[in-house]
Amino acid sequence: MEGTLNVVGYGLAAIGPGIGVALIFAAWITATARQPESAGITRPMLFMGFALVEVLALFGLVLAFALS
Amino acid sequence: MTDSAMVLAEGDSHFPPGIDSFNFADWFSGLSDTALTHMFTTITFGVWASVAVLIVFFLWAYRKPQIVPSKKQWLAESAYGFIRNTVAIDLMGKKTGVRFAPYLATLFLFILVMNFWAIVPGIQVSPNSHIAFPLMLGVLSWVIYMFIGIKQHGFVKFMKITCVPPGAPWFIYPLLVPIEFLQNIILRPVTLALRLFANMFAGHLILLVFILGGFELLNSGNLLIQGLSVFSFAMGIGMTFFELIVIALQAYVFTLLTGMYIQGSLADEH
Repeated sequence: MEGTLNVVGYGLAAIGPGIGVALIFAAWITATARQPESAGITRPMLFMGFALVEVLALFGLVLAFALS
Repeated sequence: MTDSAMVLAEGDSHFPPGIDSFNFADWFSGLSDTALTHMFTTITFGVWASVAVLIVFFLWAYRKPQIVPSKKQWLAESAYGFIRNTVAIDLMGKKTGVRFAPYLATLFLFILVMNFWAIVPGIQVSPNSHIAFPLMLGVLSWVIYMFIGIKQHGFVKFMKITCVPPGAPWFIYPLLVPIEFLQNIILRPVTLALRLFANMFAGHLILLVFILGGFELLNSGNLLIQGLSVFSFAMGIGMTFFELIVIALQAYVFTLLTGMYIQGSLADEH
């Protein structure tokens, strides 16, 4: 076996943001299915929430490289 | 020629791509020992070319503006109008929104073109995958929203609005105020920059994994394994299209968040 533990660490760090992104999109789909005309209003919020959660996974990726 | 292109030409792909894959050699090797080292690389070319593309395109598209727009004028106007309407005016209202629309539209288009180098054949690396460029843009956003907030409210009131959330019970303030200060004053430019940087960094790595991996399979010497390289290259092409989405989304998100921070500085309540 070779490689670095950082990869395992990044895998663990990606679980939380993965669930978070899924929740955000699920909520948006539910909202849009109930009220299709609200899609335009909630779309900026969708992307902002997505970006705020996604950056957590990317921090993990950057740290996996920075700490090696 | 870039480092990785030269490496591929020599048939020696160092397969698991790492941080080394982002170091690009000087175009003119005679400059490497002088003060001009790292001045002419693929990265700096991307930055200068992005600036040139934007300036030349908008000057050219707006040379003779007409009431019934020509195709190029329509393209320029809809690029500006998209940010003006969906980000600036939606967030800040008609009056202040139009004031900040030029900066936000320039920011969006600059990041978009900078990111786009990530999938241009022959370049295939975005200048934004080096932390220096996103960090500069993040610091610029920070300077703008701090300056506007202090000009609007004065230093002390702006700090109070930013760091003291209204409606919280008094005993929670010792905990809440440092967190809000850290989040709103210190970490905002860092997260802005890091989000853009990490997306472009990860995108470049993904493309490298599939494309260099394809060459690695081709070099294996076993016919069955060589056949598998087709799938690796197909994934490389698929990921290039996925990159296209990420490129546009990250440029939009950066602009949207900058707009929200400016709006937060202008607003009276938290």
